[in-house]
Amino acid sequence: MNMHKYEKWWMLFGSGTLLIFLIVVGVSAFYMGSTPPYCATTLDPENVREHDSFQELGLKQLDDNEYSLTILASAFDYDVGNPEKVIEIPKGASVSIYATTTDVIHGFEIAGTNANMMLEPGYVSTNRYTFKNAGEYTLLCNEYCGVGHHLMAATIKVVE
Amino acid sequence: MSTAIKRFPKNESRLYMAYMYVAFISLFIGATMGLVQTLERAGAITMPSFISYYQVLTVHGIILALVMTTFFIFGFMLSSQSKTTGGYNNTERNLSWLSFVVMLAGVIMASVMVFLNEATVLFTFYAPLQAHVIFYIGMALVIVGSWINGFVIFKRHARFRKENPGERTPLLSYMAVITMLMWQIASIGVAVTVVGQMIPWALGWVDSIDVLLSRTLFWYFGHPLVYFWLLPAYMMWYAVMPKIIGGKIFSDSLARFTFVLLLLFSIPVGFHHQLTEPGIPEFWKYIQVVLTMVVVVPSMMTAFSMFATFESRGRELGAKGMFGWLKKMPWKDARFLAPFVGMVFFIPGGAGGIINASNQMNQVVHNTIWVTGHFHLTVATVVILTFFGITYWLIPHLTGRAFTPVMNRLAIVQTVLWTVGMTIMSTAMHWQGLLGGPRRSAYSDYLGNADTAAWGSYQVAQAVGGSILFVGMIVMIIIFINLAFFAPKGETEYPLGEVHSLEAPAPKVFENWPLWIGLTLALVLFAYTIPLIDIIQSKPPGAQGFKLW
Repeated sequence: MNMHKYEKWWMLFGSGTLLIFLIVVGVSAFYMGSTPPYCATTLDPENVREHDSFQELGLKQLDDNEYSLTILASAFDYDVGNPEKVIEIPKGASVSIYATTTDVIHGFEIAGTNANMMLEPGYVSTNRYTFKNAGEYTLLCNEYCGVGHHLMAATIKVVE
Repeated sequence: MSTAIKRFPKNESRLYMAYMYVAFISLFIGATMGLVQTLERAGAITMPSFISYYQVLTVHGIILALVMTTFFIFGFMLSSQSKTTGGYNNTERNLSWLSFVVMLAGVIMASVMVFLNEATVLFTFYAPLQAHVIFYIGMALVIVGSWINGFVIFKRHARFRKENPGERTPLLSYMAVITMLMWQIASIGVAVTVVGQMIPWALGWVDSIDVLLSRTLFWYFGHPLVYFWLLPAYMMWYAVMPKIIGGKIFSDSLARFTFVLLLLFSIPVGFHHQLTEPGIPEFWKYIQVVLTMVVVVPSMMTAFSMFATFESRGRELGAKGMFGWLKKMPWKDARFLAPFVGMVFFIPGGAGGIINASNQMNQVVHNTIWVTGHFHLTVATVVILTFFGITYWLIPHLTGRAFTPVMNRLAIVQTVLWTVGMTIMSTAMHWQGLLGGPRRSAYSDYLGNADTAAWGSYQVAQAVGGSILFVGMIVMIIIFINLAFFAPKGETEYPLGEVHSLEAPAPKVFENWPLWIGLTLALVLFAYTIPLIDIIQSKPPGAQGFKLW
């Protein structure tokens, strides 16, 4: 099988840039700590509220600038711990998000940020996000979950 | 090619036309649904009480992504194998009819359930949303039906090798075998989840379902599914396009090598659709990301081969300078123009795909309408424009009619409409996705916050693009009906590219099927064994079914 000289150069260039790209992605993920969300914690989807992580919902201060945010999704609602569905977060706070679902698969996306993950029955999804800019953000469902899918939302207010 | 048959016998033309009728009826229904969706999302219309947005979306996904593509692909792929190997015998042809009937029965069963609002689960039917059991049985029949065609293709290829010992197998037959090998190996995953998990669960034989296992099996199939759409387009580019421009196939061996790489690296990659999911370890996600990216290699080889074919032909016709060959291309021939535009769209389409599959970068776009924009570039432009390009000669060849200059002009208008419509719609989708706009969602003000309120204008742009595409679809249907029933009688060529006489025969290793199947399975086992054991061992209590529509 003969390869044209130009084709060899082209493939060398392509494979080389690909290799560099994969190394950058790998180093950024594993060395600099930006791997995609993963959590091994499992629970019974029908008794979520009995699990330790979901006793209290909403924002909780853990340390100086460290917070946890626990949210429970179900069709077609995000339970954030208050009926207004508003979470206030101080600007610059580093927030560990814990969320799960009591019924079908839901999405968890804070629009315009990288806080974006799937919620699946039986699994806790976690993600860490630092809110650097003040303003109003919308948490919404980005995986089809039924007839009210597009009505599932909550507000996150990042305040000074 | 010496073994190529000039004209199909009538009973064979009828078979391929049967596939084509289903494909184009599906195109009409599916694209009409698409228009309704863009208008609804733009807030221009409200859905009537008897049909919901999500029902329309389910129809759009199933009828275009599963039915239209699959039936067109079989019509084209079977015809190309028969053409180049010297025809099917009665057994092969009857088996393909059986395949057609089984798949069509499955499609009808699933569609009826969707129309009755018993299966508004979108075309990915993720558990624990639970559709009617007839929907799942229909889906299983589509898969099983398609396997019969796979065996027809394997059998015909083997028969050619036996009857023509030592001869180079026809390139199109070889490519069809690779495509179907990939399809059969991958669709085992979806068959296992539908038959083994969903049907017993929908019947109430078991109370619950392992959601993550089901999703993993689905996506083990879901990515090869997109290559199943793409490979037949590659078949056209490699083996037909050279003939249309009057040139030669750049390299028969390299084309085969590309297909082998696509077989090996299309299956062990499903986790890149599950990057933001819990329960799958980061390490294995990254491993499958690396395996996914290997596809860049055959893609770049394809790009090189295509442009080398164009440039050599251009220079043969006296082109000078770096880009002079561009002027020598048959731009006024729709059989060339439509697939060529498709190729050009593969550049942004492929780049977007790399972004989607890039591990942590997926979080920026996951399940946003960016992804919808992405696959409307790849499958709905790259693949579909190539299929339209095939239609312009395949249908009149099958019906014994001519592709008239009037129809050619209309086909050029069609290509322009599709290009413009898709550019507007897909760009708006990509942009809105970057701002966080979700996919698969009906019109919504959400909570009235400024961030979501800013998406309105993008949704209007999508409706504009969608409307242009709808007109494009109507033009395509007109061309199809003309070529099937009304065009003047005549001989239309089935264009088959020829290999350079100087090219050495393809290395024997390409026909070493146990080797390629073995390597494919080895890669699958490497990528999936450990994470799958992990998923099964540490599974939470299963999920019961929900009907939330």
